[in-house]
Amino acid sequence: MLWPRTMRDWWQWDPLREAERLHRDMHRLFSGLVPSHAARVWPPVNVWTGRDDALVTAELPGIDPAKLDITVVGDTLTLSGTREPAEAGEGQVVNRLERETGDFARTIQLPFRVEADKVEAAYAKGVLQIKLPRLEADKPKQIAIKAAK
Amino acid sequence: MAKDDKELQKADPQQPIEAERVDRAPVFAPAADILETEQGAVMLVDLPGCDEGAVDIRVEEGVLTVRGRVAPGQFPGHELTYGEYRVGDYERAFSVSELIDTGKIEATVKDGVLRLTLPKVEAAKPKKIQVKVS
Repeated sequence: MLWPRTMRDWWQWDPLREAERLHRDMHRLFSGLVPSHAARVWPPVNVWTGRDDALVTAELPGIDPAKLDITVVGDTLTLSGTREPAEAGEGQVVNRLERETGDFARTIQLPFRVEADKVEAAYAKGVLQIKLPRLEADKPKQIAIKAAK
Repeated sequence: MAKDDKELQKADPQQPIEAERVDRAPVFAPAADILETEQGAVMLVDLPGCDEGAVDIRVEEGVLTVRGRVAPGQFPGHELTYGEYRVGDYERAFSVSELIDTGKIEATVKDGVLRLTLPKVEAAKPKKIQVKVS
C-alpha cells in the first residue's frame, strides 16, 4: 500500500499523499462501509402485504431471469439462483470485490397461503417483484351478527 | 418475521456528500467490484432500481462519482410487513489514477448493474519490445 506500484509512479511519489491514502483506507476499513460478507443474507427481500395478495421484492442486480428459480408451496416462497462473478478479460487483477456472487437461496414465509399457479414474477432494473395472490380459502370472512329477537 | 430485528444491509456513503439534500430520500453507497487488466480497469457497481437514464457519472479532478436515482417503491393498498432493505438513491466516489484516460471512460447499465470501462492512457499500457536480430 505504501510502495509505489510502478517505476513511473516512483518519480511522483509523495509520502504525504501516501500517508493520506493510508488514512483513508483505514477509515474505510473501520467505518463499517466494507460489508462483512460472511454475515450477509443475499439477496435482501421486502414483503408487502395487502388484503388479497402479497408482493415480494428482492434486489437482485445482474441476474439472468431465466436462471432464477422461484417455487411456492403453501405459504412458503423459495428463491434460488446463481450470480456470475465479474469478468474483465485476460490477465485480470482483482482490486476490489464487494458484490455478492455465487449460488444463493432464500426461503420466505408469507403471512398466508397463496394460489401457487397464479403467482406472477417480473424482473426489471435488477429488481425482482413477485405477486402472490392469497388462497381463496385463506381470505378473511366477514361474519354477520344476527340480531336476537 | 419481526419487522425491525434485522440490520438493514446497505451502508451509508463513505464520504460525506458536499451539499445537504433537500429531499429526505436515503442515500446508499453501492457495492462495487474493480478489476484491472493491462489495457485498463473495469468497474461493476450494483445499482438495483436504476436504468441508464437514472445514472449520473462524473469525473472531476481525478474523482469519479457515480450517482443513481431510484423512484421510491410504494405499493398502494399494501403495507411493508417485513423489510430487509430500504429504497433510496446511490452515491459513491472513487479516485482515479492519472494512468486512466478519463476522456475514454465508457458506461453501460444492464439489469441494475453499472459497468464502467476505464482504459489506460497509451503511455501506461505495456509495450512489447521486439528484439532485433543483429
